[in-house]
Amino acid sequence: MQVNRSSLSLDQAPPISVPFRFFLTAPVFGLLAALLLLIYGPEALSTRWAPATLALTHLITLGFLGLIMCGAMMQMLPVLAGSPVPSVEWVTAVVHLLLSIGVLALAAGFLLGANALLHLALAALGGGFLVFIAAVAIALKRIQAPNATINGMRLAVLALFITVMLGLTVGAGFSGMISLGLLIPLTDVHLGWGLLGWVGLLVISVAYQVVPMFQLTPEYPARLTRLLAWALFGALMIWAPLYLAWGSGGLPRLAPDVWMLAPAAAYGLFAGVTLWLQQNRRRRVSDITLLFWRTGMVAIAVCLLIWLWGLIPAEAYRPAWPLLLGVWLLFGMAVSVVNGMLYKIVPFLAWFHLQSRQVALMSMGKVKVPNMKELIPDRLAQRQLYAHLATLILLTLAVFWPGFLARIAGLSLGVSCILLLLNMLQATRRYRQVNQELSEFAASR
Amino acid sequence: MSNITDTMSADHHRCDDIFSEAEALISKGDWEQGGPKYKEFQEAMEKHFAMEEEVLFPTFEQRTGQTMGPTQVMRMEHSQMRQLFAEMAESVEQRDQEKYLGQSETLLMVMQQHNAKEEQILYHMADQVLSGEVSEVLERMEAV
Repeated sequence: MQVNRSSLSLDQAPPISVPFRFFLTAPVFGLLAALLLLIYGPEALSTRWAPATLALTHLITLGFLGLIMCGAMMQMLPVLAGSPVPSVEWVTAVVHLLLSIGVLALAAGFLLGANALLHLALAALGGGFLVFIAAVAIALKRIQAPNATINGMRLAVLALFITVMLGLTVGAGFSGMISLGLLIPLTDVHLGWGLLGWVGLLVISVAYQVVPMFQLTPEYPARLTRLLAWALFGALMIWAPLYLAWGSGGLPRLAPDVWMLAPAAAYGLFAGVTLWLQQNRRRRVSDITLLFWRTGMVAIAVCLLIWLWGLIPAEAYRPAWPLLLGVWLLFGMAVSVVNGMLYKIVPFLAWFHLQSRQVALMSMGKVKVPNMKELIPDRLAQRQLYAHLATLILLTLAVFWPGFLARIAGLSLGVSCILLLLNMLQATRRYRQVNQELSEFAASR
Repeated sequence: MSNITDTMSADHHRCDDIFSEAEALISKGDWEQGGPKYKEFQEAMEKHFAMEEEVLFPTFEQRTGQTMGPTQVMRMEHSQMRQLFAEMAESVEQRDQEKYLGQSETLLMVMQQHNAKEEQILYHMADQVLSGEVSEVLERMEAV
């Protein structure tokens, strides 16, 4: 029989410390990014190549997005696909430590122009990601009857591998370790694979499961889920050499740009379908995660418009253009979705672990397990959503008026990250309290 | 609807709809209609669980010889949901909107993950294992 019986097992969920370690660290890196923006102000939003901008970008992509996405994958693989990540606690400890050291060293290396720190960063990030990719690849390979989500995750992890390899190459060139032509086009290809490959494909794969689940929407059309991830991955595979051929003078700029219409349209289609499904949801009450997701999907549409604007040759050379695209890809699309997911994953996991323990101890009626909204109250999550939306608007305006607004945007980002961190800590504290009560109950018998 | 997958998936869908109506009413503070709607939801779920626990799971276990396999996990998740039903019924009794909405959010997460496992895996297994007697099993489930 083609079915994977093990996927019905509940016991495969990793210990709660596995995902929570990543989720609690990520907002701290967001906060560091905010501090950079506060300290460096307009300098961080003058050109994408400014050291402060490079540091800030990587604090968000690696520190915030990367950590949460890694933690979430280790949690989701056993639950969604019945395929646990091997030696998950060991892998978690190593990956979390190496990535954290790597992000800090990278940001400091950019800011101080210190090649030794950059080399440390390359070693730590390369090592951390390779351990993560290897462990997750084993789990993904073991799945016998993959669905669209698993296929998408496989491609996302492959895209992560390509992103990391390109990142290491560009980093080695940037820090003078190797001499490298094409540094700028290679950097663009690196971020193309990172954002449109790893981040985008993982968002798409997860959306297939969670969008219908959280809001009782219709399912994504089967033809879309079967083809979209492959089409996007294939399109990037062709775009990358076209772009590098342009970079080395072999092709006109028009070639990779026209080709980019394909993935751009595919992402537009995904965003449109997702918004349509959410519009036709059967669950009538709204929730915070839905609002974050909608922000992310609208941001994809905004990114398309910004990108089309950049096709006007004179506009693409304005320093504001790549910064604006960056703001909407990172904060508009990626951070919105990833941040919104935390408001489902974190309270649910806390509840799930407490409830399982309560059942195992037969302590129903003795110790009360808080429900999801008692773990993170809606009004607290909502407050952070507003801070996030304010940050997005302020960053957009700050790209045009950095002198006035860069520091204010930094302040807003800081507030958003602090509120997120407090919300995560709130759930963790409640979890610890009740877990302690359960331990006391167990001891009292 | 001649097979277990389609019949039982449609029943999930029906329960989801009642769930969402109850949640919408109670979020507007309409306990007059929301209270009975919740009761209707809980009864629909209990009927669904009974069809599985009294007919589908035992028959499946007999044919496969597996009593500690997937059906056991499904039973555990039913009891997890029943605990939430009890809490939700209490919130309806006390007209505690905040509590109810927190519990219904939690239930939805458990219920949807549970349904997905059944719809994507267990029901298909049952349709294969019980191939010759599906319509007879469905009749017995209907009669619960």
